[in-house]
Amino acid sequence: MDSEEDMLYDEESDHGSSDNEDDDFVDMGIESEQGSASQETTIDDFSYEVLSPELIVQHMVDCIKEVNTVVQLPATTTRILLSHFRWDKEKLMERYYDGDQDQLFSEAHVVSPGRKMSASFKPSSSSRKNTRSAAAAAASAENIECEICTLTYPQGMMTGLECGHRFCTACWTEYLTTKIIDEGMGQTISCAAHGCDILVDDATVMSLVKDSKVRLKYQHLITNSFVECNRQLRWCPAPDCGRAVKVNYPDARPVTCQCGHTFCFSCGETWHDPVKCKWLRRWIKKCDDDSETSNWIAANTKECPKCHVTIEKDGGCNHMVCKNQSCKADFCWVCLGPWEPHGTSWYNCNRFDEDEAKKARDSQEKSRSALQRYLFYCNRYMNHMQSLKFEHKLYSMVRQKMEEMQQHNMSWIEVQFLKKAVDILCLCRQTLMFTYVFAFYLKRNNQSIIFEDNQKDLENATEQLSEYLERDITSDIIVDVKQKVQDKTRYCESRCKVLLDHVHEGYEKDLWEYQDEKY
Amino acid sequence: MASMEKRLQKELQALLRDPPLGVTVDSDKTSRSLSEWTVDLEGAPGTLYQGEKFQLAFKFGPRYPFESPQVIFTGSNIPVHPHVYSNGHICLSILTDDWSPALSVQSVCLSIVSMLSSCKEKKRPPDNSIYVKTCSKNPKNTKWWYHDDTV
Repeated sequence: MDSEEDMLYDEESDHGSSDNEDDDFVDMGIESEQGSASQETTIDDFSYEVLSPELIVQHMVDCIKEVNTVVQLPATTTRILLSHFRWDKEKLMERYYDGDQDQLFSEAHVVSPGRKMSASFKPSSSSRKNTRSAAAAAASAENIECEICTLTYPQGMMTGLECGHRFCTACWTEYLTTKIIDEGMGQTISCAAHGCDILVDDATVMSLVKDSKVRLKYQHLITNSFVECNRQLRWCPAPDCGRAVKVNYPDARPVTCQCGHTFCFSCGETWHDPVKCKWLRRWIKKCDDDSETSNWIAANTKECPKCHVTIEKDGGCNHMVCKNQSCKADFCWVCLGPWEPHGTSWYNCNRFDEDEAKKARDSQEKSRSALQRYLFYCNRYMNHMQSLKFEHKLYSMVRQKMEEMQQHNMSWIEVQFLKKAVDILCLCRQTLMFTYVFAFYLKRNNQSIIFEDNQKDLENATEQLSEYLERDITSDIIVDVKQKVQDKTRYCESRCKVLLDHVHEGYEKDLWEYQDEKY
Repeated sequence: MASMEKRLQKELQALLRDPPLGVTVDSDKTSRSLSEWTVDLEGAPGTLYQGEKFQLAFKFGPRYPFESPQVIFTGSNIPVHPHVYSNGHICLSILTDDWSPALSVQSVCLSIVSMLSSCKEKKRPPDNSIYVKTCSKNPKNTKWWYHDDTV
């Protein structure tokens, strides 16, 4: 079962665009690169492009091809190997040429191509079951019993992977369907035989599964694991967008999707300058948690120390293995440290010392005063967020006003200052919103005082601009207002830049000190 | 689900005709419904459970053998074992994550017998009391972590 080409996507790919009937992804190459708008944006050496669902698949196929021109393996095997290395081509090449290849293949759960010949004759497994089917095979040279449905079939109706375990095609189809639909597994489905960890390649899945719903789900699972595991890719978090952004190197930078959503490539949240991803993540969690459920969450969940996904422990021992496909961290529930040093003490963590327990109790006492502090920052953060929502309404009001003004004696270009003013207003609001997150985690020092002055100044100017746009714009003497709005817009823009530059400089020169971890 | 019934029927016949040592299908209770079986186990000689009798309850869903059966200890005697909770739930990887459609009732029973046989000290799992209080009725709803292959 070694189909050469990209079985996975050569049929009925329903990746979004129904207008594109040209289904062969391999041929799509150059055309689509121009056809579907992919944009390249560069800020210093950082660049990114937006990939449509089709281009994501194309990119995946290209990755496989690129590696294949060097390693010369079947495409299906390369795909599994790449997935094993989280689509890091260099790492794969390095291991492939430097290390023990047999070990590499066994780690990636594929049969080493060198062994295929001998393996496909008969598995040397000592499983009781295998001897049974071997006996059955011997009894009637042509007919073999399928271990799953226990029915007997001619040899031609049995199939399997390179590991040599064979089952009837109907059972294979049923098995794969169960794994894909019920268990949501894609790249990680293994052979149906007990204890066999050889992975089922995509060509095999596509040749055995005919139900279009199941095929589609499988394609989605494969694409999803490709994007999630690839450090240079991130899904656009906007609802129902389906596009992904590809960068030349992963970094906390703003990227704008074709759908118009701007987000941070590193964490996927709305672009949040000046605060850093790690503090924002903590902040969002804190805001979400401060409700009735917060106590429950605090008592019953923890975050994976590596990928920060929230984990609920529902019994069992302290050895945790993160189920996040791209993480899989091994850690101890009690101390959140790596599992390695714990060895075999599954139920108690001897790394949890008294000091830490005491620290936890102390911090709880402090939490009352901390709550007051939190509410101060939270109120201001929420206030800007709320205002930002209102400003979006301002756009329609301003558009109307601009049309009105054009009907009087102003030209199109003369009224653009209004739209620009709202743009800047939103930018300032968003920046201010995140300055409160930044400030919440900041420890007081000389630089933080400068920062707070900048913040205050920007906040005042922003409120004034907002007021001009909301109230004065309705007055008839628009010419007077224009100068005021333009001046204020320019001032806000420059103050916003000053504030951000100051924070960035602080990051570079290490001027910022942070609050203790207790928040 | 004709394929499921056919396979279960075959498994049942094979177990009744040629049962492995210490494993007996309760044919009275089982013949009433193919989707729920009761199997009697006997602790293997020379082990901590020698002479003890246990009962396993099997439940098969419509997608058996592609989905694993639900298997718990039932009756008055639940084995005291580090991987068996006092409500009968069993922490055994082949019952969930490592299930394969090529496994069968017989292989499950033999795995459980061998799990009992390799036990060196009769005790409940350390988290027994909290687990029994909070768990779902169906052990397959529990996310098990498996790492102890020695017992």
